Amino acid sequence: MSSPIVSITQPDRNPVEDFLRTDRMPHIWCPGCGIGTTVNCFTRALIESKTDLDRLSIVSGIGCTGRVAGYVNLDSFHTTHGRAIPFATGLKLASPDMTVVVYSGDGDLFAIGGNHLIHAARRNLDIKVICVNNLTYAMTGGQTGPATPLDVITATAAYGTYDPPFNLPQLVDAAGAVFVARWTTFHVKQLARSMAEMFKKKGFGFIEIISPCPTLYQRRNKMGDALDTMKFYKQISKIKHGTPTNEVGLTKSGEIIVGKFVDRERPDFATMMHAHLGEELGDKYIPAEAPVCS
Amino acid sequence: MHADPVGVLTGAHFLDGDHAACEGAIAAGARFSAGYPITPSTEVVERFSARAPKIGATFIQMEDELAASIAILGAVWGGVKAFTVTSGPGFSLMMEHIGYAVMTETPCVFIDVQRGGPSTGLPTLPAQADMMQVKWGSHGDYEIIALCPNSPQECFDLTIKAFNFSEKYRVPVFVMMDEVVGHMTEKVVIPPAEDIEVEPRHWTTKDKSAFQLFAPCGEEQAPEMAKAGDGYKLHVTGLTHDERGYPNMTPAVQERMVKRLVTKIRDNAEKICITEQHDMEDADVVVISYGITSRVAQRAIETARAEGIKVGSLRLITAWPFPEHIIRAIAPKVKGIVVAELNLGQMVREVERCAGGHCRVKLVGHAGGTVHKPEEILKAIQEVVR
Repeated sequence: MSSPIVSITQPDRNPVEDFLRTDRMPHIWCPGCGIGTTVNCFTRALIESKTDLDRLSIVSGIGCTGRVAGYVNLDSFHTTHGRAIPFATGLKLASPDMTVVVYSGDGDLFAIGGNHLIHAARRNLDIKVICVNNLTYAMTGGQTGPATPLDVITATAAYGTYDPPFNLPQLVDAAGAVFVARWTTFHVKQLARSMAEMFKKKGFGFIEIISPCPTLYQRRNKMGDALDTMKFYKQISKIKHGTPTNEVGLTKSGEIIVGKFVDRERPDFATMMHAHLGEELGDKYIPAEAPVCS
Repeated sequence: MHADPVGVLTGAHFLDGDHAACEGAIAAGARFSAGYPITPSTEVVERFSARAPKIGATFIQMEDELAASIAILGAVWGGVKAFTVTSGPGFSLMMEHIGYAVMTETPCVFIDVQRGGPSTGLPTLPAQADMMQVKWGSHGDYEIIALCPNSPQECFDLTIKAFNFSEKYRVPVFVMMDEVVGHMTEKVVIPPAEDIEVEPRHWTTKDKSAFQLFAPCGEEQAPEMAKAGDGYKLHVTGLTHDERGYPNMTPAVQERMVKRLVTKIRDNAEKICITEQHDMEDADVVVISYGITSRVAQRAIETARAEGIKVGSLRLITAWPFPEHIIRAIAPKVKGIVVAELNLGQMVREVERCAGGHCRVKLVGHAGGTVHKPEEILKAIQEVVR
């Protein structure tokens, strides 16, 4: 058995509590929803990576995962639908020494926010994107989303879906992300470690987390409850680090390939900007400094 | 507080309105802009992108106006002053984040160089047809501040004022230019930095445990600010929220919060409303205009005066909040009001509402593409006074 990531000194106190706005509990997520699990992994990743919590901001869009920003005791921004990434872009450029994490869902990031996502990856902006992919628009009742696999019943596909989904890791890989990984909510330890690794990596990082929506997706598709989904993830997933991202597309009940797919070196936006402007302008270049309240 | 001399190009310049607005933003302390190109506003950020690396500022070319309009809000929460620039079609896309800026009380400035619409309309030709959109374009109830320069000099001056108002009231403020003012080149005098008044951001000095990001302060009713990264553990949401920023979607909190978003501007309207008035004392007719149209109206007014008509001029420098108190005071004293604007009747509705039937209100509308002919305004003056 591997050693625990966190040594719990107070057995009656969950170390995650320090990271949460406990005065906002109970949360809105359904029983069996995977988003809470991902938040647990997130907090453990913050402990492991020794991230300065005062220097960390979290930005969410809209949707079930969009509510994460409201529950974590960090500088947290619950923005508009699809626009977490451009908000994070401004925040990061104004305060370059902060860690900026975008925490949102598949619909928010890949449909309405898809354009922003690919451009932030292209720029290699130093932000960390955590995408909880529950394969549907959950907050609004389970409509077909950009990641919904083929032949799946949704609120807007009563006879099953017939438009092919995005393969999320392939898309962000192609757009230029320097770190791309995928896990499921079954892989809690790997996920926490993967997040910690991503936080340390400079540039545009992306982790997809396949997560159940028992209320809408699993129920409609007769895939059982949350526990059945965990068993399904355990059974069907295979850890294959370094798999070319064009081979990791998802189907309704086929194999889920997980692991770290991309870990490449490429200068990030700010590095490129400083280097270029420094070269072109010489002494005349005055880089923007993080503002100080006075 | 005075302007930071690093960004102030003190001296006399020959600038168009777009460039002058950019210098105004820099003088006001803007150190971040995100933009998406659109005629006739692009020159503002073209200049900013060239100036930024030499003054410790950042410019980023975004992928669309949705992105530009929220990147500036992210930057503001990172602690800088920020603005973006657009024109009609882009302004339509920015409505989402104008609402978000209002709801989250994010101080920021939008410059809209108006062109003919609807839709793609007249990309290179003027209009003043976004005047209602700026007030009502995003969903829900809110108040904003909108200023209308009529010269490159005012593009400079009023952009500074826009930033100052935005900090004072924690509200998005709009500089409503038009294509003619944006592309008109005139003398612009930029004063020494120590002569430029700049409203600083109102950073809280409260203890981290006591500070509430949305608790009103002072007669402005605008909360103090804190930025990300200073340990305040801010929560900012577009959902209806309480003073801590926590979502609280109840009718009681909605009433309290949205009412304050509105009253902080309405209760301070007389302080925010700037107008320019001439020959009002004995006026039988008053011409109301704003932006480029005020310069055309000037010719009509002079001609009418020469004909012996007692005509006064009221120029709206602040369009929103609408200077209701001024119109209400004027209406009972005059025979009529002529409203000249480069649209088919927008601000005239406000004038009619405030005139309350006390005098005739006549619109001199125009679908845009060029400015009015002075004779059109003169004819309306002659008709109203008859």
